[in-house]
Amino acid sequence: MADTPFILQEHQFQRLKSVLARLCVECAARVVFLIDRDGQPIAFHGDIGDMDMTSFASLAAGNVAATSSMAKLIGEDNFPAVVHEGEHESIYISIIGRALLVVVFDERSTLSLVKIRSKRGSFEVAGILEEALAESESYRANNNSFFSEITDDDIDSLFS
Amino acid sequence: MTFINYASREINCKIVYYGPGLCGKTTNLQYIYDSTAPQAKGKLISLATETDRTLFFDFMPLELGTVRGFKTRFHLYTVPGQVYYDASRKLILKGVDGVVFVADSQEERMDANIESLYNLEENLQTQGYDLAQIPYVLQLNKRDLPNVVPADDLTGELQKKHEPVFEAVATNGTGVFDTLKAVAKQVLTELRKG
Repeated sequence: MADTPFILQEHQFQRLKSVLARLCVECAARVVFLIDRDGQPIAFHGDIGDMDMTSFASLAAGNVAATSSMAKLIGEDNFPAVVHEGEHESIYISIIGRALLVVVFDERSTLSLVKIRSKRGSFEVAGILEEALAESESYRANNNSFFSEITDDDIDSLFS
Repeated sequence: MTFINYASREINCKIVYYGPGLCGKTTNLQYIYDSTAPQAKGKLISLATETDRTLFFDFMPLELGTVRGFKTRFHLYTVPGQVYYDASRKLILKGVDGVVFVADSQEERMDANIESLYNLEENLQTQGYDLAQIPYVLQLNKRDLPNVVPADDLTGELQKKHEPVFEAVATNGTGVFDTLKAVAKQVLTELRKG
């Protein structure tokens, strides 16, 4: 059986957005993303310009998955963060449970600032995600999903 | 893991194309990409070697339409087929909602199909999934080649649980969308069950 669907309610999404907005300012970042570890974008705040966020999310998740496996091969349990430093733009990715907090920043900020501020914000993000996950599981347990109302015709209409 | 966002009214699901090296997984994605309207798809990302063999994964997001006011978005991934990229295959199966096994119909690839299918079952188990329970479709690819195993024999050898089976020629698109629709439908049906 596949995993329990992860359901994010509107109020949880808005709370995550406001944490990301604050983090973006505190880190002096260009953009802050929250991504599911499977590569699904959850929320973001900042200037994404013409960046393809969906591709970015899948690559960030693949990146973290690969480095986490490398950690295990050398006897580490995990690498809690991954950093990529470029000439102008840099990326800091930290793992928060089953999500990834990604901060994209340039010369206006520093890695140490981003690390410190991200750590503080990550506790709030973790709290909201845990709440959403617990509610997702109780949704499934109580079998009261909105999706139980989806009919065969609804599904067939996607392919007509 | 299906991700449902009530704020943006989106359902996001992950489908993985699995199979032996050079069976046509990337070709399936390439055909879907080439045949889909620009507004329904994102970029096709290929992490490939210099000789165009998949190194880590191919990825493309595809929007199928709206169900009860929710946009349904499928994230399509392929795995690298070559035996020694097993660590990458395991990673890509994390969070999977549905699997397409692309079999190479050529006689000389029968052993590779069986080995890859066994590898799929094993890697799914490692991630806590059971092939018997997960949305799953079998595609018999390369049916246009001269040295193919008869479809019934191939199905008899590879079918695991009465899953839908589609004959395909991914290079010209035959069977490609039928395969995708079948697995997507199973994923959504699974979601409805809760």
